[in-house]
Amino acid sequence: MKKKSKSIFQGGLGQLTIPVIAIALLVLFNLIRDPSFFSIGITHNNDGNAVLAGNLISIVNSASELAVLAMGMTLVTAACGGQDISVGAAAAIAGSTFVKVLKSGGSISGLTVLAAFLMACVVAMLFGTFNGTLVAVFKIQPMIATLILYTCGRSIAYWINGGATPTVSSPILTGIGSFIPGIPIPTPVIIVVVVAVIFRLVFHFTSLELFTQSVGINGSAARLNGINVTGIKLLSFIILGLCVAVAGCIGVCRLGLINHETLLLDVEMDTILAVAIGGNSLGGGKFRISGSIIGAYVIQMLTITLYAMKVSSTDVKAYKAIVIIILVVIGSPVVKSRFEKMMRQRQERKVPVTAKGAK
Amino acid sequence: MKKLGALLLAGTLMMSFVLGGCGSSSAPASSDSGAKESKATEAPASGAIKVGVVNNPPSESGYREANVKDMESVFSADNGYELKTFYSLKNDEQLQAAQGFITEGVDYLLISAAETTGWDDVLKSAEEAGVKVYLFDRMIDVDESLYEAAVVSDMSAEGKLAVDWLLAQNLPEYNVIHIQGAMGSDAQIGRTGALDEQFASGKMTKVVQQTATWDEAEAKKIVESVINSGEKFNVIYAENDGMAKGAVAALDEAGITHGVDGDVVVMGFDCNKWALRELLAGKWNYDGQCSPFQAQVISDLIKGNKTASEKKIINEEKGFDAKTITQEDIDTYGLGE
Repeated sequence: MKKKSKSIFQGGLGQLTIPVIAIALLVLFNLIRDPSFFSIGITHNNDGNAVLAGNLISIVNSASELAVLAMGMTLVTAACGGQDISVGAAAAIAGSTFVKVLKSGGSISGLTVLAAFLMACVVAMLFGTFNGTLVAVFKIQPMIATLILYTCGRSIAYWINGGATPTVSSPILTGIGSFIPGIPIPTPVIIVVVVAVIFRLVFHFTSLELFTQSVGINGSAARLNGINVTGIKLLSFIILGLCVAVAGCIGVCRLGLINHETLLLDVEMDTILAVAIGGNSLGGGKFRISGSIIGAYVIQMLTITLYAMKVSSTDVKAYKAIVIIILVVIGSPVVKSRFEKMMRQRQERKVPVTAKGAK
Repeated sequence: MKKLGALLLAGTLMMSFVLGGCGSSSAPASSDSGAKESKATEAPASGAIKVGVVNNPPSESGYREANVKDMESVFSADNGYELKTFYSLKNDEQLQAAQGFITEGVDYLLISAAETTGWDDVLKSAEEAGVKVYLFDRMIDVDESLYEAAVVSDMSAEGKLAVDWLLAQNLPEYNVIHIQGAMGSDAQIGRTGALDEQFASGKMTKVVQQTATWDEAEAKKIVESVINSGEKFNVIYAENDGMAKGAVAALDEAGITHGVDGDVVVMGFDCNKWALRELLAGKWNYDGQCSPFQAQVISDLIKGNKTASEKKIINEEKGFDAKTITQEDIDTYGLGE
């Protein structure tokens, strides 16, 4: 038992220690507060499909956009040592493009949805390239570079459709944003799994993971070893662009409407938090995408827990901040090294005692 | 390292500037600072009444979009007007534009100000130049003598209209999920007030009262959490259409019926065309509106068809019931497309 806990604290889970502890604490807190929080049932939705329902499903479902964005953000963070703060605005642009293409045709078929999604991807990747060029080629700090799109992105999203809240409705969109008939799991959750698997496969079959880490740890060394540093940084932003398009389209499909002002509002900060809670260094270098995904679920679980406790949503942000401060401080290098030192000292003190007892 | 620090500092400064900008403007579309150039309508007829309109940009909201369109259609060349417009969210830009219109020699100046203060000098110079001023949509902190009339909305009347409608439904009990807009905005205060009175008097029970800050997805989460907790509710009072749509999405996923023959009464605000169509389909029950149509009232006053009995004219608010709404209502009063 002692050996196990020791190994966890001394790097058994590695960087996943903090997110796993965070999620465990939240689960424990909810179990004490109200065990029924975790009950999952099957209900029939208004389309007559049997679907899963419950707080856990709500958490996993509503964290989908955040999880997808966090995956892309991890890559940008690792390669560039900075964050893209324009993901929310870019998602509004991608979502608006999606709606624009859907509305340009007459009826909405599977093919038009696919075309709209591809168009949204292209547009989001273009904006990703814009951000990436500023960061990789012109060597501007990522936060400053993406501040431009953060400021003007939602206006651009407005120009695309020209209306405040254009709506689209089709069973296909409901299928993407809610449930596909016959499948009880929310579709956005499935999309997150698909995106995660794609990342896994890309990392498995290419050297992207290794290259990204080397660029993040030491750009000059990576360049001397023949890695195209500019290319890798640019690529990370383009991949984030794809994630942005996916998140934006999920957001639109959920409600069948795009509100350029509120779609994924303030998501950029949550995304960066997810990456940080996931134990990734915000200064770049080593990273684990799985940590960021767990981070996204931690944030969402926190929100839903607070809603379930009927905390006023104006106060939710303050409570969230408190919990996050605690998590980030626990995960900080200073606390970590102190803690390890403490554990070691205790270990040393205990050894003679047990030795005496054995005699 | 020093360089990095300086960059970060600059970043923080810029951030705080941007965020500060958001805070000071009451409109959500603070990112849109692009003031649009004033433009005159084509082929001004000689003897046309020259009208200068200073307004917020149409991108601010669906309300503003309808408001701007209404102004443009009423003060058209066909109706004997020559219209000049200027749109900005920034008060100082609006002030400059208003001053510019006075110099250009408009006959009437119509203002929906970004902020309530700072307008004294401009309105005084308008008075000296003989330009008559009308305020619409928003009041300004100036002496009443400086403007002819103000056509504004009474937000609390709008909330009261909706709550009175709800009371008239004679439900056996009222368990209300109340989803609020951005706290402190005029629309939120007006739409919350009447319902709060009912909660206080005990006629209606507050299941939950949360702000979703106009965010559809947040509204969905709030309703989901109530459904998951298993609490009873039979009314959703959302302070705009988008949030009502988010709430309905949560109901649909949980298999709870809503609308005219459903278990849950759904109420929204703003009267977007798509929302009114939901009413017509019987999926929602009520939609209230803070009317963006002030142009006709002002035009009547200018042309002398009507005289203002008071300086402050309260624009008539509308509310639609799913049982009585018609396609014609949607075409006439619906916002957007």
